[in-house]
Amino acid sequence: MISVQYEDFDHCQEYRALQDEADGDGAVVTFTGLVRDFNNDGSVSAIHIEHYPGMTEKTLMNICNKARERWEIGALRIIHRIGTIEPQGQIVFVGVTSKHRKSAFEACEFIMDYLKTSAPFWKKEGTNEGMKWVESKSSDRQAMERWFKRA
Amino acid sequence: MIQIKLFASLRERLGAESVNFEYGGEYTVADVTRELVELDEKWKLLSEGNVLCAINQDLCGVNTKVHDGDELAFFPPVTGG
Repeated sequence: MISVQYEDFDHCQEYRALQDEADGDGAVVTFTGLVRDFNNDGSVSAIHIEHYPGMTEKTLMNICNKARERWEIGALRIIHRIGTIEPQGQIVFVGVTSKHRKSAFEACEFIMDYLKTSAPFWKKEGTNEGMKWVESKSSDRQAMERWFKRA
Repeated sequence: MIQIKLFASLRERLGAESVNFEYGGEYTVADVTRELVELDEKWKLLSEGNVLCAINQDLCGVNTKVHDGDELAFFPPVTGG
């Protein structure tokens, strides 16, 4: 299940929902991404996230399907927030259940790597010098590419 | 008619969110970009190396064909998550 929303989410509630849906699975892996200070000097006051309505949901569904092709996954949950988020605020949540921990860990990481390089979201950060678009990182692209280099 | 959508820094730099483009037949994304540049030099920004494009909300390349009624989007590399 996919949500693109302005509202914050409750990690415990999301975890419990995954646990309820796990249906015999032995592992739940969750990832939560927070707003961090990109400059590491306390100058980021907030971030604003813009997205491409429609394409975002389509891309996230596609990522879920790709993960399901690679791993035996039970329940799957992706939440991505849009709008303005304060420092330390929650941006993204990915939760995966699977029979075994390895596939749950890998699927969760794959989904995040894929999301970061293909889901149409853009971050703008508020700093002392005004609003500034966040640049994409080559390390994110490399993280994505390694999934396709593995035989 | 093709609807062109622009996002994030590209939207701000071009000062437009959405533009309608008269469909001229057998066009690729590159053809559309070229025609836009003929109308206004500012559209050269669409040919910057890192600009991504999508047709009907699927990522595509500049040699992909565009059809009448398509939604064509241009945007910078994504930075979500």
